[in-house]
Amino acid sequence: MIEDLLKDFGPVPALDGRMMRVLHGISLKANAGSVTTILGSNGAGKSTTLACAQGLLRPNGGTVRLLGEDPYGASPALRSRVGVMLQDGGLPPSLRPIPLLRHVASFYRRPADLDALIERLGINEFATTSIRRLSGGQKQRVALASALAGNPEVVFLDEPSAGLDPQSRQVVFELIGELREAGMCIVLTTHLMEDAQKLSDYVYIIDEGRNVAQGTVSELTAHAAHETPAQAVTFTAEAAMMLPALPEHLTLAEASPGHYRLDGVRSPGDLAELTTWWTREGVLPHALTMQPRTLEDVFLEIADKGNNAN
Amino acid sequence: MPTSTQAATAANAQGTLRRILLQGRYETLGMISNGEQLVVAVVLPLMALLGLVFTDLLKDVAANPIDAAAPGVLALCVVSTAFTGQGIATGFDRRYGVLRFLSTTPLGRAGLIYGKVMAVLVVLFLQVVVIGGTALLLGWRPAPAGIGWAIALLVLGAAAFTALGLLVAGTVRPEATLAITNLAWVLLAAVGGILFPSTRAPAYLQPIVDLLPSAALGDSLRAALITGTGSVSGILILLAWTIIAGFAATRWFKWN
Repeated sequence: MIEDLLKDFGPVPALDGRMMRVLHGISLKANAGSVTTILGSNGAGKSTTLACAQGLLRPNGGTVRLLGEDPYGASPALRSRVGVMLQDGGLPPSLRPIPLLRHVASFYRRPADLDALIERLGINEFATTSIRRLSGGQKQRVALASALAGNPEVVFLDEPSAGLDPQSRQVVFELIGELREAGMCIVLTTHLMEDAQKLSDYVYIIDEGRNVAQGTVSELTAHAAHETPAQAVTFTAEAAMMLPALPEHLTLAEASPGHYRLDGVRSPGDLAELTTWWTREGVLPHALTMQPRTLEDVFLEIADKGNNAN
Repeated sequence: MPTSTQAATAANAQGTLRRILLQGRYETLGMISNGEQLVVAVVLPLMALLGLVFTDLLKDVAANPIDAAAPGVLALCVVSTAFTGQGIATGFDRRYGVLRFLSTTPLGRAGLIYGKVMAVLVVLFLQVVVIGGTALLLGWRPAPAGIGWAIALLVLGAAAFTALGLLVAGTVRPEATLAITNLAWVLLAAVGGILFPSTRAPAYLQPIVDLLPSAALGDSLRAALITGTGSVSGILILLAWTIIAGFAATRWFKWN
């Protein structure tokens, strides 16, 4: 059974008095039984992309197909196969969580086992509290449960891990993993590289409304490593030091006060450049790390390239 | 096979109806479990009724004060429930993303709106029972010939004011919706032809007041329930407001 989700948008207007292109031709595809992640910084167009996929916004160009149909103005039959978790929750504040979940589930043809879902996400702990009074993480769990209440085939999760404490995060990640195993098509957005790395089968990195990279986590890190087989050294030391002149392939910057990052390290000699400077200036860093490549490096490189191109 | 297609269509229609009823029940419970709304829906109309009966503000309208007061208070119920209460609830639902979320469920946007309309009609029915019952106890004797007209006017008035409430709620911030709908409620009640005949409005406002849905509703209800007279112009004015506001709400309602 192939339940493909094929999307291909053109620009979308943000009604800001004038037309503004938010998405400049995003293309992506999500399959059943896998977690597809849209990764990007704030304002990259992740939520807008999801809103088009969910049928909440009508794209101005391109085509969107959700389970083979146009999601804009979709039939109840199609909506019955889809679950949505919005970034801001979309939950009525005066209600308690469980009556809300029962109400949402009642719209679906084959609702999920709500009691199990409520138990699993620990919603019983705050069942008597109105949604207005829940913490951010508790609201996130209720929003996730309401996306899953209809036992959908496709589920859209906009920033599912935002505001979660470590235990809830673990529970949510395990649940997402199980749903994937059960064959659900999961599409999520995040701006957290770590989450993308942990959860995803396939990652689309978008920036300023454009696809900038895509692949499995290992493909993305390996591919980028091949392009620039360099590592990064980060260290903390006294803030606002005068930076030395270094060979052209090395870039040293103070990312935040006292936190420095040297990119482009390829050889022991490159490290010697750094230590020579420290010796000259009498600097002994408080902390020093050499990092293997992560999705974050890939993302930062891509973002950097984009900025240089502008 | 045509029969199975028909069966599927029937099942879908049944599902749609079921979801609208569920949403209608949910919205109704939301409306009547909210303290402020209950004050606006029942307490204030009852106070208006008693106030008008025990003063001689309407003595030129009908021989018996309760006969003069009850139709206007029923019109007030329409505005409070369909316009003010529903508008404020919708405005805040929009702010909190509830409309967006529910429109992604099988209920959909249309189901959401029909659910709201249903809740307005149910709450209005309960108001008519409470307010009308109290009025009957106070000696109200509505003209039997006008009861059919009155029901049509109440339903049409609810439609017009629901559309207007949605138009406001869907286009401005919820705080502004709160201010606009409450202010309109007070003004329409006082000089918009709701509690008092529209002829009481200041002369310079007269041409405007006569075209307001509030005057059409209030004056026509008084005509129907006091003398049993049907008002075609009242029906037409309400119908026009329903169509214009419904069209405008469909066109300009922002879901986000």
